[in-house]
Amino acid sequence: MILSVVEQFPVLVVVISLLSAFTILIAGWLNKKSCWFLSFSTILVQLVMSVFILNHVLTIGTIHYWLGGWAPPWGIEYVVDALNAYVLVILLSLALICVTYSKRSIAHELPHKIVPFYTVYQLLVTGLCGVVVTGDIFNMYVFVEIFSLSAYALIASRGKIALKASFTYLVLGSIGACFFLLGIGFLYSVTGTLNMHDLSVLLPPLYGNKVVLAAFGFFTVGLSIKMALFPLHTWLPDAHSFAPSEISAMLSGIIIEVSTYAFIRVCFSVYTVNFIKLLPIFDFLCWIAALGIIIGSVLAIAQYNLKRMLAYSSVSQMGYIMLAVGLSTSTHHALWGGLTPALMHILNHALMKGCLFLVAGAFIYKAELWNITDFKGLGRKMPYTCAAFTLAAISMIGVPPSVGFVSKLYIILASLEAGKFIFVAVMLLSTLLNLVYFWRVIEMMYMRREEREKESHSHPPANKNEIPLSMLIPVLTLASLCIIFGILWLTEIPIPILDQVNALFGLGRYAAP
Amino acid sequence: MLEWLIEEIFAKYNYWISITIMLIGFYAMIAKGNLIKKLIGLSIFQTAIFLFFISLADIGPTLRGTAPIVSEAMIHKGYVYVNPLPHVLILTAIVVSVATLAVALALVIRMYEEYGTIEEEEIIEKERELGV
Repeated sequence: MILSVVEQFPVLVVVISLLSAFTILIAGWLNKKSCWFLSFSTILVQLVMSVFILNHVLTIGTIHYWLGGWAPPWGIEYVVDALNAYVLVILLSLALICVTYSKRSIAHELPHKIVPFYTVYQLLVTGLCGVVVTGDIFNMYVFVEIFSLSAYALIASRGKIALKASFTYLVLGSIGACFFLLGIGFLYSVTGTLNMHDLSVLLPPLYGNKVVLAAFGFFTVGLSIKMALFPLHTWLPDAHSFAPSEISAMLSGIIIEVSTYAFIRVCFSVYTVNFIKLLPIFDFLCWIAALGIIIGSVLAIAQYNLKRMLAYSSVSQMGYIMLAVGLSTSTHHALWGGLTPALMHILNHALMKGCLFLVAGAFIYKAELWNITDFKGLGRKMPYTCAAFTLAAISMIGVPPSVGFVSKLYIILASLEAGKFIFVAVMLLSTLLNLVYFWRVIEMMYMRREEREKESHSHPPANKNEIPLSMLIPVLTLASLCIIFGILWLTEIPIPILDQVNALFGLGRYAAP
Repeated sequence: MLEWLIEEIFAKYNYWISITIMLIGFYAMIAKGNLIKKLIGLSIFQTAIFLFFISLADIGPTLRGTAPIVSEAMIHKGYVYVNPLPHVLILTAIVVSVATLAVALALVIRMYEEYGTIEEEEIIEKERELGV
């Protein structure tokens, strides 16, 4: 089998990243400053590769890479279709933005841990890429554990309270991964294969089998823990709020999304739409997600710590994605049918939450400001950072033409088409709740003055105290992308990518009547 | 009744044993306040899954299972090869679980240095005193 250069990229994305992790460790011995540069350039190369992969997938077709030349189902196979390629590009873009941001921020927050930080960060990226490109379900489990272990270590890197948060995440995450492994064991015991495509071919005659049903249950619960779906979200608020900010951004923007990707992959590639339609699983999922949206938002309102508030907001945003996934089998429209709203929100959430967490990190970097009540008058001290926060916050609220607006619009249209009007009400209520907790922060930044200023009743020239440029650029990039992508989605330019995913799984307008 | 017992319990004893061990581990993780005991629970839980996988490869006492090394002589003697894949998978999974345990123990050590205890409730109390 002769492969073109681009067809080698799926494995290279993972291998380069893995080798780079250890190179960083060795290079860090010699020169601490080289770590950031190595990590940055590796992720940049990976991103370029992933863009080539996406282009190849869209123009030529799915990439199959056989590891060691062993044909599936015996060997491990890496399969990249429109879904993987899309998630891979999002993942590496956010990873690149976070690593740019971390140059100054990590030097400030963890000055003694620079070398281990970048090593583990690179391992995290390796794990995430691996989960996304693999076509073998056991391989996916191993990569899930690689990125989870890196995430535990990175969360704990701040020490003190972060240790407890990390430990909770570790115990719950391990249970989730074990359930996933058990599910794999069940499927293996009835089919004797681990290749996802092979499984999807062998499973249909066994759909009524109790072992297959139990396996689906284990996959769902295991991955729900990893993606912090509402009743299983308890690890998330602590982990998100005590991790270094770029890791919070990665956790919220990508790590839980990659787990969602794994869930979508298991639902539609291993099991198929026909299996999902046999059972009312997705209706149940919709209700759980709707509960998560409301409760996440309500809990977010109760928080005073900005990062904790954003963490609860993530719980509600995961609800959006899962609601969209839940509706995917009952919608057929060309635009909002199938997985389109869910995949759209994966990108949108990565942009918005990435930006918000990086801004929260900027406040901590500058003045150790954790609580919303301390943000008085920040709008004048850090004008660009606060502007970025405001852009991302109004995206979260859903002001047109931001990305949040498009996501909400598509999910509402999808629930209208599915005839589930209650979810329209849930979306509108959640918009209102979003407005409450984000407006509070914006008001604090722009409309309240500091106590000292109030006494003098004058407007002293604002002494600007901005974050360094290497932190400001990532923040502003993400904030502007929130608007640019909003407009792009509205012009429907990137929709064909998501349409290919629907075609792949037989969803949306490609669904069998 | 006896038939049911034989079919559902004795014939599938390996699954029952692994599920029982798994639940013991799960109970330890939920009920024990000591972080090390929680980790022991986690370890038991993972091991139960490994046992489940290994028992999948078993081909029963009537067939003579052997290591999967291809040789004509062994086939003529009537040996049957055991499926090696579950063992290989579990080898990988053991490595993963060792890594998890190592990270977890490192965290517990750091917590002990920080709080002077490994009882969950005492740690939560000390956190409250710190005002979080």
